Amino acid sequence: MAIAAEDRAAAPAPPAPPPARTATGRGQMVVLTFVRSLVPVVLALLAGAVLLLVLGRSPVRFYSDVWRYGVELNNWQNSAVLMAPLLLMAAALVVVFRANIWNLGYDAQYLLGAVFVVGYGPWMFAHFPRPVAYAVLFVIAGLAGAIWTIVPALLRAYFGTNEIITTLMMSFIGIDVANILVKGPFQDPTVTIPQTKTIPYNDMLPNIPGTHIHVGFLVALGIVLVLHYLLTRTSFGLRLQVFGENPKAARHVGINVRRLIISSFLWSGFLIGVSAAVDILGLWSYVRSNWNPSYGNTVIPFVFLARLNLLAVIPFVAFYAVLSTGGDLATQAVSLPTDFLLVIVALILLFMTIIEFLGRRRELGQSYLTKGLREALRQPLVRRRRSP
Amino acid sequence: MADGALGAGMSPTDPGAPAVELVGISKQFPGVLANDDVHLAVRRGEVHCLLGENGAGKSTLISILSGMQRPDSGTILIDGEPARIRSPRDALKMGIGTVYQHSTLIPALSVLENLMLGESRRIVLDRGRARARMAEIAKMLGVEVDPDARTGDLALGRQQQVEIISALWKGSRVLVLDEPTSMLTPQGVEELEKVLVQLKQQGTAIIFITHKLHEALAVSDRITILRRGRAIGELSSEEIRSSTPEQNRATIVRLMFGDATDIGDAPELQTRIEDVEDLGARRLTIAAGDEEEPILELKSVSAPGDGLEPGIVDVSMKVRAGQILGVAGIDGNGQRALAETIAGQRRARTGSVELFGTPVNRLGVSARQKLGLRYVTDDRLGEGIVRNLSVSINLLLKRIGEQPFWRRGRIDARKVNAAALELVAEYDIRTPGIATRAGTLSGGNIQKLLLARELSLGPKVVVFNKPTYGLDLRTTENVREVIRRLTAEGAGAVLISTDLDELLELAGEIVVLSRGRLVGTVQNGRDAAERIGALMIGDGDSPGAVA
Repeated sequence: MAIAAEDRAAAPAPPAPPPARTATGRGQMVVLTFVRSLVPVVLALLAGAVLLLVLGRSPVRFYSDVWRYGVELNNWQNSAVLMAPLLLMAAALVVVFRANIWNLGYDAQYLLGAVFVVGYGPWMFAHFPRPVAYAVLFVIAGLAGAIWTIVPALLRAYFGTNEIITTLMMSFIGIDVANILVKGPFQDPTVTIPQTKTIPYNDMLPNIPGTHIHVGFLVALGIVLVLHYLLTRTSFGLRLQVFGENPKAARHVGINVRRLIISSFLWSGFLIGVSAAVDILGLWSYVRSNWNPSYGNTVIPFVFLARLNLLAVIPFVAFYAVLSTGGDLATQAVSLPTDFLLVIVALILLFMTIIEFLGRRRELGQSYLTKGLREALRQPLVRRRRSP
Repeated sequence: MADGALGAGMSPTDPGAPAVELVGISKQFPGVLANDDVHLAVRRGEVHCLLGENGAGKSTLISILSGMQRPDSGTILIDGEPARIRSPRDALKMGIGTVYQHSTLIPALSVLENLMLGESRRIVLDRGRARARMAEIAKMLGVEVDPDARTGDLALGRQQQVEIISALWKGSRVLVLDEPTSMLTPQGVEELEKVLVQLKQQGTAIIFITHKLHEALAVSDRITILRRGRAIGELSSEEIRSSTPEQNRATIVRLMFGDATDIGDAPELQTRIEDVEDLGARRLTIAAGDEEEPILELKSVSAPGDGLEPGIVDVSMKVRAGQILGVAGIDGNGQRALAETIAGQRRARTGSVELFGTPVNRLGVSARQKLGLRYVTDDRLGEGIVRNLSVSINLLLKRIGEQPFWRRGRIDARKVNAAALELVAEYDIRTPGIATRAGTLSGGNIQKLLLARELSLGPKVVVFNKPTYGLDLRTTENVREVIRRLTAEGAGAVLISTDLDELLELAGEIVVLSRGRLVGTVQNGRDAAERIGALMIGDGDSPGAVA
């Protein structure tokens, strides 16, 4: 009741004050955005260090281990391999998030893509030259991902059904379908544990000469760059943005909203399928039952930190790849579970929320600190002055 | 507008200590000093009018008084005692109630439930007591409202009475009314005036905010004029009563706009005072000599509504080149459905919309736009612009992907910017630059942006939906001039407006929309206002009153 009353009283907010003519320089904006994106990461690493200290571990050792195992020697190449599917996943999410559509069915879309690649891979490589087989498998995986978005896409486009729910539901179903395929038609009968056939080593994606990074990394990077261009420079990207920022305006200016919703869903699913193809053909070569790397969950905070800008996504994904690759060993070295890395990611999210909140306040012309917080901070000072 | 309905039979009960006094209030927003050392004393039993252009600081001042904002400096005295108003709840407790321009009621709840929303933090609601309190306030106001009616079903005037009851729930020291007449029919305005008389007799101090001069003169005992955040002048009740309306008008206009401006001669202001009939007659002669083919025609068009907004039923109308067809009606009687059906945002269920004699029912927004049809929406912020995109993109929002601004899907930033700069200059859009986010512009400039977007590149028929709603005097006059010029150049216009004066000033022929139907056509001229008013309430405000 109290909340309702307050909301009601606050509802007709007074018209925003006229535009501020100061401090809106483009350069300043860029710097501010940059700072706002980096600060949460730095704070999360600092908070992580405090946690390590509390747990009786040396933060210096931990972070230097992360650097050593994630970057130094040739370890950066492992990080790059991890980046490939993450980049494509991020691209897929940016396409829908820019339209303010929440495709949260990435797990199923990824697994279905992966399962079809390993399911048809061996047969394809046996019957076709490798380049053709790669192309076909990429498309198959992409289609598998895209098809799995059709139901939520149509429901959203024609009935306005909330896609957060439908994509999640479709995800549960899709993960099970993928498992059925792993344990059924695509299972390798020669192995006792349920898993698919393995793609022959020779048929895996070739490495970039001189490294052990597969070319899928370059494919992913290329797709991200092309997509960035599409989203920022073309009419398709602008329509997507208009719809995302203000769906009513999209309708008002005559954008075909249904087509836009469906196409962004399909693109997103397709890219997720492709990320699976890159990952399977570059790294895993088979799928076990109940396997789910859940790249989408990992990448979401970074997509938002990058403010849905694909160029900015690249360094963030690189950061995570290093943290994850190096952290795997670094956590073991200080005898902590690898879940500690998730704590750091969660801290990033937490600080991001706080920084966003403060930034918004600032934009609205209020103080960085909320009233209560400011008084709480002032209290000890006041008391000290009073009791000399 | 019944001038003097309040001024006459009323005498302020007690001109003693002010009920509320604002002393030296200042409020700074980034880049704008919204209130600059404002003094304001509101006395019991007086209607104190705050008059000023958009952005003059009226809204900030009342949001400080109602606890939504806190001043940077200055004090608020209540009955001479300094008071700290830190939240809307504080304000209500001190008996300061505010009725906002836009409804804050929840349409799906009953009147009583709406009133109880502000009641308390208690978990169990006391319906009986609320009912008694409501009856008590309603009696004091001299209004009758069914506590169990669904709020959304009530006419807007009635809803406003509920809002006033709600504002007085915790006490009736001060009542703030923010542009209360903007949604009302002439009859609704009269009812509001009666309520104000009752309240004055109770000794309530009333702050009445408006930017309509004639309204201010009609209802207030005292007028304070705000300009650029400063209270730059006050007309006391004695001054108001001892001068003629023309003298008062001249004084206020001088205060509002400064001496340097000649806005006092603007037709907008003249119209208020002059007999509207003359203007109407002048319009008629311009509109005469038509009988050519209509460029836009609706043939028994019906279209669905939208939630509580009614649709349109069996609407037929014709617009000829050079003609302004006015559409009068109380807000929420199908105006939006009509505008959107013409624009192509909403599909007609039956009937046909024809442009230049060709049915366009199957065409969407862009296709109709290419035929020369334009729509200036009333929902400027909601659907007109994309706040976070730049002014330049917003100016070309309806041409995304079109030549020459996009070539093979790729944006040509230079062409877009050049076009945007030209439009900004032509329509005098006040913006720091074309890369500025459109959401940061003021209301008037956003409307100029929309006009620039819709009227550039060969408009042939334009639908204007409440084109001057909420704009200040100067921008209003600009917009009306744009509409006049447009039709003088041979385009046709449908002018949907809830402002009767505007229709009488611009349109030659006025149709009246009520509950989604066209209930009559009035040729502008002698007693057009009365006839339109009668048609408007025909089955709007008081069902059963008129067949």
